[in-house]
Amino acid sequence: MYRETQIVNTQNNIPSNAEDAGFAADGGELVINVGPQHPATHGVLHLVITLQGETIQKIEPHLGYIHRSIEKMCESLSYRQFIYVTSRMDYLSAHINNHACALCIEKGLQLEIPPRAQVIRVLMGELTRIASHELWWGAMAMDLGAFTPFFYAFRERETINDIMEETCGARLTMNYMVPGGVMYDLHPNFQKRVKDFIQLFNSKIDEYDDLVTSNIIFQNRTKGVGVLSKEDAVSFGCTGPVGRGSGVQCDIRKLYPYEVYDKVQFDEIIETGGDSFSRYLVRVKELRQSIRIIEQLIDNIPEGDFQAKTKAVLKLPKGEFYSRVETARGEFGVYIVSEGGTTPYRIKFRSPGFSNLSALDHISRGCKIGDLMAIMGTLDLVIPDIDR
Amino acid sequence: MFSLENITNSIQHWLYSTFNPTMALIMECVIVMFLVIGLFATLGLVLVLMERKVAARMQIRLGPNRVGPQGILQTTADTLKLMMKEGLTPNGADKFLFNLAPFIVMIAAMLILAPIAFAKGFQIWDINIGVLYVTAVSSVSVIGILMAGWASNNKYSLLGAMRSGAQIVSYELSAGFSIISIVVLSGSLQVSEIIASQQTGWWLFRGHIPAIIAFVIFIIAVTAETNRAPFDLAEAESELTAGFHTEYSGMKFALFFLAEYINIFIVCAIGATLFLGGWMPLHIGNWEGFNRIMDYIPSSVWFLGKTFFLIFLIMWFRWTFPRLRVDQLLSLEWKYLLPISMFNLLLITLIAIMGWHF
Repeated sequence: MYRETQIVNTQNNIPSNAEDAGFAADGGELVINVGPQHPATHGVLHLVITLQGETIQKIEPHLGYIHRSIEKMCESLSYRQFIYVTSRMDYLSAHINNHACALCIEKGLQLEIPPRAQVIRVLMGELTRIASHELWWGAMAMDLGAFTPFFYAFRERETINDIMEETCGARLTMNYMVPGGVMYDLHPNFQKRVKDFIQLFNSKIDEYDDLVTSNIIFQNRTKGVGVLSKEDAVSFGCTGPVGRGSGVQCDIRKLYPYEVYDKVQFDEIIETGGDSFSRYLVRVKELRQSIRIIEQLIDNIPEGDFQAKTKAVLKLPKGEFYSRVETARGEFGVYIVSEGGTTPYRIKFRSPGFSNLSALDHISRGCKIGDLMAIMGTLDLVIPDIDR
Repeated sequence: MFSLENITNSIQHWLYSTFNPTMALIMECVIVMFLVIGLFATLGLVLVLMERKVAARMQIRLGPNRVGPQGILQTTADTLKLMMKEGLTPNGADKFLFNLAPFIVMIAAMLILAPIAFAKGFQIWDINIGVLYVTAVSSVSVIGILMAGWASNNKYSLLGAMRSGAQIVSYELSAGFSIISIVVLSGSLQVSEIIASQQTGWWLFRGHIPAIIAFVIFIIAVTAETNRAPFDLAEAESELTAGFHTEYSGMKFALFFLAEYINIFIVCAIGATLFLGGWMPLHIGNWEGFNRIMDYIPSSVWFLGKTFFLIFLIMWFRWTFPRLRVDQLLSLEWKYLLPISMFNLLLITLIAIMGWHF
């Protein structure tokens, strides 16, 4: 896959919107490899970029550096086991990925989930979303050259990790969801620590806006950069904050509510700009909405079982099952084909990052290299999620 | 009262009374050489440590705290490590220029040091066109950076060097205009006379608002000239990995690194000299007692205090702001800073001619 870098003097084989960006007709093009080891790709993503001066003409993402054939692996794992492989896909939304798999199996088994488990799942999902957005916020600022926000974001994220560690036993790739509920009951400290976190977070989130959102350099770097129109967002299949930043209503929590999302009050954040700044705003505003959901649920966790009674060995009936959830990055879908055995016959994951990455070439043409970092930052790419 | 002037004068007196004048001059040059090299080494260690400590405090962490008390030997250990590293030269690189570039950057930094007055009477070369000399020599370092980027045979380096060239050449104009405005006010290009003209008060306070504008523009321009964040496009690590010094390793890398910090020190020293009165103590109007107390603080402490305050300011920028984009960087200079500083120079000239300054 390694491509020797070369200075190409022909423009014939590369279709580009050369007129828009005002290129000289005889100018030389520069092909550079960003990645697979590059500070801005946050993983082993390899972008082959054709440049004219500093202006991007074409981006070609190369995948496969972290392909582990997770979907194939899942076919040889039982229904209880395969859930936890998905924690290693989008490692920042481990809970939510597991949740989607559990939902799909429950749909097949037609299980009734105890209300306590439903609330716990939503709470964990929203905490994960906050943690994921925090990391994105820090990394985004770091891509644009501001280092300090990264540490501020991690300060709050650590608190969430501590909460997770106490209840689930892990800080990053949490394995907490099981078909029929959750694996263990909540830790006795959970409610208190989450309330402490909400208090801490509410005092810090304005600091985020002061430091980054309202910074004039940051706004200049992101406004009008990487504009993705609503139609393009739909046709590329962009979901999550990327889609909502372009004005597409695509929040699965609102469109196809699962668990208790139809009972809690929260807003679907829609920005119509379609540029990097809109995508940024969607995520920052979602932080507040997630806090709102947690605030409504944390005092109202119903008593009762945390897990439905299930058989030791699960067997899905013959058929096809699909479930979808809203991860921090967008719509995550699980498609299971069952032949009635103890393992799935075929599994397909619909990962949000893959679709969002496909829009990268389209929205970065004609931008500067510096803009590419602002665009990739707001696409919020997690490479193991793209490259399953 | 303690003064470095007495020491330098007595050394000079002793040299000229013991040796013949030529020999004494050579001896002086050798002494100055050792002083400059010593100063560079010390400054490099101190400033890198300071940067790491300042960054750590701003980022709610502790910073280096393992090597030596409070981690003060950390940078020494790092330097030793860098010295022992292998200096690699890439295969396709232009070997001569590749190896020459760090030295050009370093020598340019060393040369600017000459007219800077570290304390009362403690100055290497009080040339009568000191400020002009500084602006002229500071332009040389861009040649080293371009050379490094081009000779590396690396596309990231080339992009970094091109950015750096455009940036330094542009921002020198604003920095130059800011410096000229103080020259207009003080009526001299000689560093010692500019400092002497601030006997009654620093130009920052005496020149009304135009002087403050000139100072702000100067700080912005020198931040850009030294390739520091938010103008660190030449080595923007999230875009160009390390920019023009991507291919450098070991001591050659360390020279670039050192030159960056020395350049920060130098531009801050110039800023302190021009706007904040150099080694002049802070005097407030008729407060006799206060002024007397201020006079007792040695002039070298005043100079270093002001310089390190400005250095802290520039470090503060780095750890707060995101980086600009390359076209925004140039439009900031050509569309905003340059016209403002030109107009500002007119105002300053008016103030100087009419004698409206304090």
